[in-house]
Amino acid sequence: MTAAARPTPLQRLSSLLYLHPRLLLLLLLAPPLLWLGVIYLGSLFALLLQSFYYIDPFSGTIVREFSLSTYRELFTAANADIFLRTVLMAAAVTVAAAIIAFPVAYYMVRHASLKMKALLFLGVMLPLWSSYLVRVYAWKLLLAKEGIVTWFAEQLHLTWLLDAILAIPVIGGPSLSISYIGTFLVFLYIWLPFMILPIVAALERVPRSLTEASADLGARPGQTFRKVVFPLAVPGVVAGSIFTFSLTLGDYIIPRIVGNSRPFIGLAIYQLQGVAGNIPLAAAFTVVPIVVMAVYLVIARRMGAFSAL
Amino acid sequence: MRSDGKPRASWSLRAAALAGMAFLHVPLFFIILYAFSVEEKSFVFPLPGLTTKWFAVAFQREDIRAALGLSVRVALMSTAIAIVLGTLAAAAVWRSRFFGRESISLLLILPIALPGIITGISLRSAYNLMDIPFSFWTIVIGHATFCIVVVYNNVLARLRRSAPGMIEASMDLGANGFQTFRYVILPHMATALLAGGMLAFALSFDEVIVTTFTAGQQTTLPIWMLSELVRPRERPVTNVVAVFVIAVTLVPILIAFYLTRDTHEAAGSGK
Repeated sequence: MTAAARPTPLQRLSSLLYLHPRLLLLLLLAPPLLWLGVIYLGSLFALLLQSFYYIDPFSGTIVREFSLSTYRELFTAANADIFLRTVLMAAAVTVAAAIIAFPVAYYMVRHASLKMKALLFLGVMLPLWSSYLVRVYAWKLLLAKEGIVTWFAEQLHLTWLLDAILAIPVIGGPSLSISYIGTFLVFLYIWLPFMILPIVAALERVPRSLTEASADLGARPGQTFRKVVFPLAVPGVVAGSIFTFSLTLGDYIIPRIVGNSRPFIGLAIYQLQGVAGNIPLAAAFTVVPIVVMAVYLVIARRMGAFSAL
Repeated sequence: MRSDGKPRASWSLRAAALAGMAFLHVPLFFIILYAFSVEEKSFVFPLPGLTTKWFAVAFQREDIRAALGLSVRVALMSTAIAIVLGTLAAAAVWRSRFFGRESISLLLILPIALPGIITGISLRSAYNLMDIPFSFWTIVIGHATFCIVVVYNNVLARLRRSAPGMIEASMDLGANGFQTFRYVILPHMATALLAGGMLAFALSFDEVIVTTFTAGQQTTLPIWMLSELVRPRERPVTNVVAVFVIAVTLVPILIAFYLTRDTHEAAGSGK
């Protein structure tokens, strides 16, 4: 081989890249940055730009001129209802998810044996990754009027309780699958794993020595939990709430399948761009969750949630 | 105190944890149960009888097979693109410090951090503006965009735990950059790549929110499911497809978990 005397083109290229690390960096970064920068951010900005166009009220066509009239249309009483409904739902789902997730995460980190912990971890991860649609579908089975929840209520002689819950104004309805309670349950179910995992991550970072020190200084287990463990786990809860909140804000499939067909932000966007063909207003609508999430992220960052992600 | 030094949980904590886990799993159990129901028109419970005939019916359906085929092809192509782009980005972030390095992760995570409907509608309106007709590739572009981050996370986690001296050693022994990549770096991150790829595949195979905007008239398996959910026509067949979808997404997840189980960053802890 004469390769030692005369380097092959491949070797020369290798040396060139070794001597010019910036060139190598450029070659590495260019493809992913071009893909995300041009395709993803490009279409995102194009969409936001279109929110400044407007629909001509007479011809019904999109006028490509800068105008704020679409935003005037956005802030009407009917749309304010949609925003309020969605944000309230997102908040309710987030709070409930935190309440259910915390004991699971706490048990997993502080009490379960290693083997049990791996099993529980897998038990949280599998639903997270298994099909979103199938899991929504499962609730259609559960909540149907002739379905499982009704049957169990009958067996336990709790039909009166179910009826009483359904009779609650606003959140009740003719059956669980056609009520806000149903929509809430499905949201809660689908996003719960997103809340458990960050809390687990946050709790794992609480050093054992801290709780031992607290006990040595005379705190009862309850006090240690309230004064030491819980405050340190809050960033995890906030990190989880970023997911539960954001995902509820943008979802348009769950309220369409389980619920009373009152629009949420996601559903409104979907209908505006599809049936109505009103891209400018749909684009203006997408600004709402983006702004809400931006504000939320700023607050979350202040509370140290990013270290628990 | 037990031997592993962990205190026993109070019964109320154990009950709450158990209830939380049951809440996550009982609905999936009922999906599997309903695939065997003889009832065709409603979701009546208890089931009037059990049968396996719907599995045969579902597997002979041309529309379901076509949808499955499209989903698999889209997921494979999106995964391939995501593996290349995610690995490149991870390598860049690992090897060098540069202006805006911290923003790379943010840019990569944005497609799954923002609600899917925003990604979907942006891509759709971009296709419209540029007069691109819907095709296999319009779906793949959307899927690859949000799959990059799972590969990136897995590969970067692996690279960060590897010894930097490894590459220098390889170079000192006379290997060029490409040989070092082929014989040192690639074997080292092989399982992380595989795990990331598995997760990307599962993510793409199951995706419906972005897909409804980028598919046009094409039907992937999740889109088929969605149309059945909105307007139920054949409940027994839908039940069988649901079980099938659970099985297809679980296998790659379990493989990914197994491949990275001993590491600190078990795959799939973030979606």
